[in-house]
Order: sequence, then structure tokens, then C-alpha cells
Amino acid sequence: MLTKRIIPCLDVTGGRVVKGTSFTNLRDAGDPVEQAAFYYGEGADELVFLDIGATPEGRETLVHVVESVAKQVFVPLCVGGGLRTIDDMRRMLKAGADKVSINTAAVQNPGLLKAGAAIFGRQCMVLAVDARRSANDSTAAWEVCTHGGRKPTGIDVLEWIEEAVDLGAGEILLTSWDADGQRSGYDNDLNRAVSELVTVPVIASGGAGTPEHLYQALSLGKADAVLAASIFHYREYSIRQTKEYLAAKGIPVRLQ
Amino acid sequence: MGKDTKIVAVIDYGAGNIGSVVNALMNLGYRPTVTDSASVILNADAVFLPGVGAAADTMRSLSVTGIDECVRRLVELKKPLFAICVGLQVLLTATEEDGEHRCLGIIPGRVTKLPSGLKIPHMGWNQVKQACIHPIFTGIPDNTNFYFVHSYYARPMDRSVIAGTTEYGFEFCSMIINNNLFATQFHPEKSGEPGLRMYSNFLKYALL
Repeated sequence: MLTKRIIPCLDVTGGRVVKGTSFTNLRDAGDPVEQAAFYYGEGADELVFLDIGATPEGRETLVHVVESVAKQVFVPLCVGGGLRTIDDMRRMLKAGADKVSINTAAVQNPGLLKAGAAIFGRQCMVLAVDARRSANDSTAAWEVCTHGGRKPTGIDVLEWIEEAVDLGAGEILLTSWDADGQRSGYDNDLNRAVSELVTVPVIASGGAGTPEHLYQALSLGKADAVLAASIFHYREYSIRQTKEYLAAKGIPVRLQ
Repeated sequence: MGKDTKIVAVIDYGAGNIGSVVNALMNLGYRPTVTDSASVILNADAVFLPGVGAAADTMRSLSVTGIDECVRRLVELKKPLFAICVGLQVLLTATEEDGEHRCLGIIPGRVTKLPSGLKIPHMGWNQVKQACIHPIFTGIPDNTNFYFVHSYYARPMDRSVIAGTTEYGFEFCSMIINNNLFATQFHPEKSGEPGLRMYSNFLKYALL
């Protein structure tokens, strides 16, 4: 049986891992290569690196981080943040990434998903979506935000994801703008709506504060994988401990 | 010892995961030769055929470079060969990915799409049930999790070549062994310590 994936996320800027609230108020959380090796040893199923600075210099640094990580970490690596062109993607994949995630660039130029899928394969193309609940509660809809969550676009999240999967997205990294950094649980209405909409895997992101939140995203939210940052970075819960908790609750996870 | 004098070749035909395979082999202490030269490949003591992406593109790249003939020859010579993911799929007779495409025809059988109703691609860690006893599995318990990412799967006609199976709504062939030919639908180079162990077992067996 396919297991549910537990994915630590390393938000990187200026060569360091950082953690903030709703995309701001950043705190230092360590060296990315050391962190990656640590999580690999703990049983992470995959690692995601997000370059939240998304500057050209930052990207250069991240290429070297990915190169070093790929030499010692033998689980899939996904890299995103500020990737705008096929060449940006190729550099990351050459450095050792297995997948690239694109967000703002895909909204601005949806053809990028199609071109990337044609060249690298769908399985390489992760669509990252930052979803913000509409102010109007009765519509129960979410709006796509770009530029690290700062810029609302007026685009409906579900419509966008459906289009993106048609174009070539092989996986969805779905972040709730509202829940991110709040540590009070994922937006499982959002996770479920997207998981039921598309046939590609969905990674739930934003809001993890306890292992129970991960459980809820995988059960109520029907997500295929969960991404979490701070609960792992500050060593509040280990990945192993979290997986043992999930296994006890009946979620299939990889424990070896 | 063997690690220094024997040649381990990784076939370079433009597949995306060559770097990952090389990184895994380097981590095990080998110095693989990345090559597209038929003579180097045929002279190697052990060969890896990586693969990721679409089978039709892979077949096109293999025939443009002449590596298709080279792989057939390796198998005739019973040289130790390890094929990965799409590398496994192209060993069969044909694939239905993006229309009908002929493959290498080394293992009779077809490659077909995973049934609908499942999340596709089949992406993540799943168990491999060992269907035979073989040194390739030394130190790897039955039902160990390996990393998969694929939308199509192989259906070999001769079931005796099936060395491992995996359940994803149904049971499919996730590993093939035929003489000195080894092939996995999963990615050992992305499957943590058990994956590294499988490459290490293969090389110990191949370079004996």
C-alpha cells in the first residue's frame, strides 16, 4: 500500500534555513545541508527547499546547497522559489533536484507548466499554490496569491489547479495563506476540495503545530503528503515520533 | 579491491536521474564512468541504465545514440545490467504511453497505464514483496518500502522473471530479474538506505 509522505520544508534565504509567520517575521533555523542530512537520518520521505528570498544571488547559493545535499541524502528533493524559466528549472534538476515547484511564474505564464512537463516530465513539475480564503465566507472559495503570498490575484484556486494539471503539473503543493505559521492546523476544507478535484498527488502545507494536525490533513483533508517546517525545525517533535503517532492512528507511513 | 579495478558504467543518453544514480554509487565508494560510448559500455563489468520521464522519448534517445543495440548486446552477453524506472519499461516489447511504441523487446510483454480511479502518478514510498530468493535482497527485509514515481507499469508475459511485486489498488510487477539483468520500477537511488543496499548488493554480485 502506498504510504503517506511526511515532508519537512526548508525555507531558505541567504544560505540559511528560516521560519516565519504568514510569510514574514523570519527567524534563523540552521544550516540547510546539515538540516537536510538530519531529516534524512530521521526518516523524512522527501525534502522541499523553498528559496523565499528568490533573488538571483540566493538562487546561486541554493544550487550549491542542492548539490551538497544530493550527494548525501537519498530521498527525493524538490526545489522552488523564484524559478521563472526552463533554464532555472534545468539548473536545479542538474544540481540534483528531482522536482521543481513553480508558483508565481506559472500564474504569470501557464505555458511554463506545459513546456516544463514536455522537457522534464510531468513528475518533475510541482505546482505550488498559496491559497487565501475569500473575505466573503458564504462562497467558501479560495483565491490564488502570488509573490510569496503578498499579492492576491483574484484567480479561483480550484479553477487554477484544474487548469494547471491539464497543462502539466504532476503534483500540487498546496499552502493555506491563512493557516501558515499559525500552528493551529491545516485548512482541511481546502485540502479536501483539491484532493477530490484532481488525480495528481496533493501535499498539504501551512498550519502544522502538532502531529494531530498532520493526521487531520491526511484523513479529513485527504492529502497524499504533508509538509511541515517549524514543528520539526525546533525539534518539538521528531519525524520518527510523528510517524509512529500516525501509524498508531492507522495512517500508512514508512517506518524503516 | 574490486571497487578500483572494475568498471561500473552509467549509460548517458540524456536521462534526468543520471546524477542521482552517480551520487548513490559514489556514496557506496565506487567511481562510475558516465558514458554514451558503446565500446565503453560493452567493456564495463557492471552497467546501469537510468530512466525517468516518458518511455517513447527514452526509446527515441536510445535509438538515436545506438544504445538500443548496445543494451541488447549486453543482455546477450549476460553482462550485469541494472535498469531503473523507464529503464525497466523499455526492456519490454512495447508501451502504450503516448500511443503505441515499440521498445527493446528483451523481456516479452507490454507496458500499460495504471488503472483509473487511482492517483496518477503512483508517487511515493510503497512496499516491494520479494518473489524470489536472491543475493540482491541481502539485508533488505521483505516488504521494504521503496520510492516510486510512474504512471505506466510493465506486464511481463513470463511471470518467472518477476522478482518483486507492489500493491497499488492491484498487484503489479515492480522488479524483474532475468539471469544477470536486474530492473526496478522504483528508484533505489531515491529509496534511502535500502536502495543503496540494493545497488551495493548488485555490484558485489556483478563484480565478484
